[in-house]
Amino acid sequence: MRCALLLTFAATLGATAVHAATPSVEELQRQLEAQQRQLEAQQARLDALAAELDQETPSISAASSFGGYGELHYNALDSKDQIDFHRFVLYFARDFDAELRFFSEFELEHSLAGEGKKGEVELEQAYVEMDLDAATRLRAGLFLLPIGILNETHEPTTFYGVERNPVENGIIPSTWWEAGVALAGRFGSSGFAYDLALHSGLKLDGSFAIRSGRQKVSEAVADDLATTARLKYTGRPGLELAASATYQPDVTQGLVAGAGAGTLLSAHAAYASGPLTARALWAQWRLAGAAPAAAGKDRQDGYYAEGGWKLTPMLGAFVRYSVWDNGGLGATERAQTNLGINWWPHPNVVFKLDLQDQGKSVDDDGVNLGVGYRF
Amino acid sequence: MLGAAAPAPAFLWFDARRRAVAGEILGHPPRGARVRYWRAGARTAFVLDEVAHTHPITAGFAVERGRLVAARVLTYRESRGWEVQRPQFLAQFLDRGLDAGRALDGPIDGITGATLSVGALTRMARLALYLAAELDAEAARDGR
Repeated sequence: MRCALLLTFAATLGATAVHAATPSVEELQRQLEAQQRQLEAQQARLDALAAELDQETPSISAASSFGGYGELHYNALDSKDQIDFHRFVLYFARDFDAELRFFSEFELEHSLAGEGKKGEVELEQAYVEMDLDAATRLRAGLFLLPIGILNETHEPTTFYGVERNPVENGIIPSTWWEAGVALAGRFGSSGFAYDLALHSGLKLDGSFAIRSGRQKVSEAVADDLATTARLKYTGRPGLELAASATYQPDVTQGLVAGAGAGTLLSAHAAYASGPLTARALWAQWRLAGAAPAAAGKDRQDGYYAEGGWKLTPMLGAFVRYSVWDNGGLGATERAQTNLGINWWPHPNVVFKLDLQDQGKSVDDDGVNLGVGYRF
Repeated sequence: MLGAAAPAPAFLWFDARRRAVAGEILGHPPRGARVRYWRAGARTAFVLDEVAHTHPITAGFAVERGRLVAARVLTYRESRGWEVQRPQFLAQFLDRGLDAGRALDGPIDGITGATLSVGALTRMARLALYLAAELDAEAARDGR
């Protein structure tokens, strides 16, 4: 009897052992189904968590955004040895909805602003923009005028050379902003686009210096408004052709006797193909009236041509030749050659070096060094 | 991009390795924990966002066998640089793949005044190619 019991127990143990080692098909099925349910539950929890994270991660299409750029310059020239944090700029933008947005640009120039300081705090852009249709936008507020190459796009990572070219500094007084309304649109898929703007204007004094005539929309005299129109063609990848005209009935706002209308015409071509870039720009002011003519300032113009070559995606070299004349009595034309390199350790950071050879009416040779960034 | 009937979307998760590579391509870490994609046969489509100046450009890219077969700007929000939406510009991305350094294996001619938008689109194209390669590798590993 005892022997039978032992045999039975042994058989049971054996059966249990066999059962534990090789579960039945039904049990395996149940285990698989249970694991499947667990996996599905975990996946559902993961999806819910990810959805939550997606909501909490600030979406880049969120309504408010900001960015900026800056550039530090060192100039070792005949005229000066100087280091200057030339521009520190912050952008703030807000999308009110898909068709209405606000954009602004706030700038500190030359590091220090205030009474007797060399710098300025400037509001360079602050406008509301509305999509009228898929191809037309209306802009109202304080905006950059659609003239030349650099006036609207001038982040240091986007152009060669430490300093902006002298023609878009002395003739087109970049950065040039005014207040008013503007319409921007494009003609279907032809590659042609236009800009039309009615805006505040310059207030030149008796020196007829264009650049210092910008009122910067600071309690600006608005007896004479100005208009600007631009036609641009970008029908071929890499190519931009544009021409613009600005007209103001009286560039002195009636403050200088013998002064009259001012007209700025400009045209440029820009081409980029692979590592090669080429730019050329011409601009001319004509100031009507006896007073500008007497001062030799009735015609102020200039042009430049620039070639660039990206030796690697991070390193580019360029050469630029500029000629410009802001008028005056005697020989006033200047010419300048710049030769240099840009090094981008990151697409949003640039180190620049260029040699400057300025001649004709003024000699100002030397070296420029700079670092710039944008974000 | 994927034919008449769009397949259901799926998600590719950014594990640590993918997040690091995507960060190298974009110049900043990718947003979110995963990216949505649509796959039909060997073709994969992504809808991506990338900031150009201050606003994001939303663009769609389709990749097949390591090559871009479609590129479209779906929403352009910047005030300037609208030229990147033109088909003539976007056609430059077609048939581009990635080189060993995960750069596009052919040049994209830029647009003066739209440098930042061109850069944003180029980064998105490179990311789409990289993510599609990850999915292709997963499919090959799983015998799909």
